[in-house]
Amino acid sequence: MRLLLNRLGQTAIVLFGVTVVTFFMMHSAPGHPLQANPELRLDPTAVERWLELQELDGPLPAQYISWLSRMFRGDFGMSLIYSRPVKELALERLPATLLLTVPAFLLALGLAIICGTWAALRQGGFADRLLGLGTLAGLSLPSFWLGIILMMLFSYGYPWLPAAGMRTAEDSSVSDILTHLILPLTMLIVGSFSYYVRYVRYAVSDVLSQDFIRIARARGFTEIYIVFRHVLPNASLPIVTVAALSLPLLFTGALVAEYVFSWPGIGRWIIISTMARDYPVIMAVNLSTAALVALSNLLADLLYLLIDPRLRIKA
Amino acid sequence: MERRQSVELYLGIGLIMVLTAFAVMAPFFTNYDPHQTDAERWLQSPGREHFFGTDRLGRDIYSRVVYGARVSLAVGILAMLLSITVGTALGSLAGYFGGFADQLIMRLTDIVLVFPTMLLALTLVAIFEPAIWLVVLVIGGTGWPAVARLVRGEILRLKSLEFAAASRMLGASHWRVLLVHLLPNALGPILVAATVAVPAAIMTEAGLGYFGLGIQPPIPTWGNMLREAQNYIRYAWWYATFPGAAIFLTVFAFHLIGEGLRQRINPMSQVGRGRRAYYH
Repeated sequence: MRLLLNRLGQTAIVLFGVTVVTFFMMHSAPGHPLQANPELRLDPTAVERWLELQELDGPLPAQYISWLSRMFRGDFGMSLIYSRPVKELALERLPATLLLTVPAFLLALGLAIICGTWAALRQGGFADRLLGLGTLAGLSLPSFWLGIILMMLFSYGYPWLPAAGMRTAEDSSVSDILTHLILPLTMLIVGSFSYYVRYVRYAVSDVLSQDFIRIARARGFTEIYIVFRHVLPNASLPIVTVAALSLPLLFTGALVAEYVFSWPGIGRWIIISTMARDYPVIMAVNLSTAALVALSNLLADLLYLLIDPRLRIKA
Repeated sequence: MERRQSVELYLGIGLIMVLTAFAVMAPFFTNYDPHQTDAERWLQSPGREHFFGTDRLGRDIYSRVVYGARVSLAVGILAMLLSITVGTALGSLAGYFGGFADQLIMRLTDIVLVFPTMLLALTLVAIFEPAIWLVVLVIGGTGWPAVARLVRGEILRLKSLEFAAASRMLGASHWRVLLVHLLPNALGPILVAATVAVPAAIMTEAGLGYFGLGIQPPIPTWGNMLREAQNYIRYAWWYATFPGAAIFLTVFAFHLIGEGLRQRINPMSQVGRGRRAYYH
């Protein structure tokens, strides 16, 4: 219980820190968007009035407090470019991002658990070494370049798959979205699979080297029984950790994949907003992503307690 | 764990030596000025004259890739030095002194770690004007928390060993124990972290360049070359292929070194447990 409270306290501190960092990061930005283009020659009184409307004129701590209280109420402000609420814009784009990232995450992790376990069972064998070298190469592939190469091969070289977007105009069939999904999904999976597989292999081989596995073998249990009954449950803790900790990675992957393939999701929107210095959008995205990551780390710790009864007793 | 000759280490070191030689002595390896445009020969496919073809302005892609290695390696190594220095300093302070300093430093690392590196880098580069020093600062500034955690764990472990206590009993000051006895023993994992930090920095730099928020043209970087190439992939396969392959090769070489070192000193036994050790 004390452990749990401790973790909750830590998460609260981190969340507070995240709001402070985000807020002051944005306010250290030189100038505001209306100053970005000197050729506009805006009326100074109009600029002042605009700053007042956006609440950008008070002292910093006051601005921070009013900003924070608005965030708490779920009001992320208006996008400076679209003149629409940030929340609305984000929610419009969220399904597309989830459609890309959730299958990528599940497929990559699932494949990694299968291949990683397989490799750990045949340590030092040909397949293990091939996987080791292959995943090292997978980690070294710049994802955006992989995306471009995939596009060059399968959209232009062999015109099999669409190069951009999520759907063809006037075609709302599921198969149309699926064909649009293949390339960005492949690109995402290569990177995260390579990342997960190495941890899975390590976690499984760590369990395999322990005495109770040797005893289980000595007792004559089948290899399959041992793997599912003894090895995987014991290896699940580090696997859960790495899955939870990979959330930022997944996010970055989505950012790049959406940008390369013009996928109409949150990632592409962020990059466009960043280039246009749409501060409310950048702030909201930084804040919510960081908060999400902090909470998923907390969730991982709670999952430990669920998975491993020993920790519950210790806690 | 079986021991085997690590081919990876030597292959990686060899590759990096070759790449560094190309980067340092770029003028000797290239026939063209990377900035020299040629209106007659834009988007020429690779051939005897231009090994990697020419780009949209008729510049020699091979020369630009070679000169681009300078930027990538410089940014990668400088950012690595920054994150290793800051991370080692903060991590060892937190690990050795514990208490309030530890809490403060570890919460700080937590805060930095919950921001995806690329998002933080994008945001910071968008706030300030993109420049080489800023890119180094941003990548190094987002890379130190991982190092800090690693070093902290290592110092915690070493601190509890007999030789640390013995050295204290012989009258050594805390600083002396930390700097002379504990840190040198933590060098192995730090070295591995360093070889992983360089390719990570190179990748982030290239990503920023690709988004148009990294080091700006006309300085040739692999990232901004890919950005330019993006609009021509339909007509010129070589335009995007070679700069990307250069990133891949460089990052791969560093990963090979990291893997080779890891097999030698095996700090992999920390991975996956490091985080838990620290929360409990």
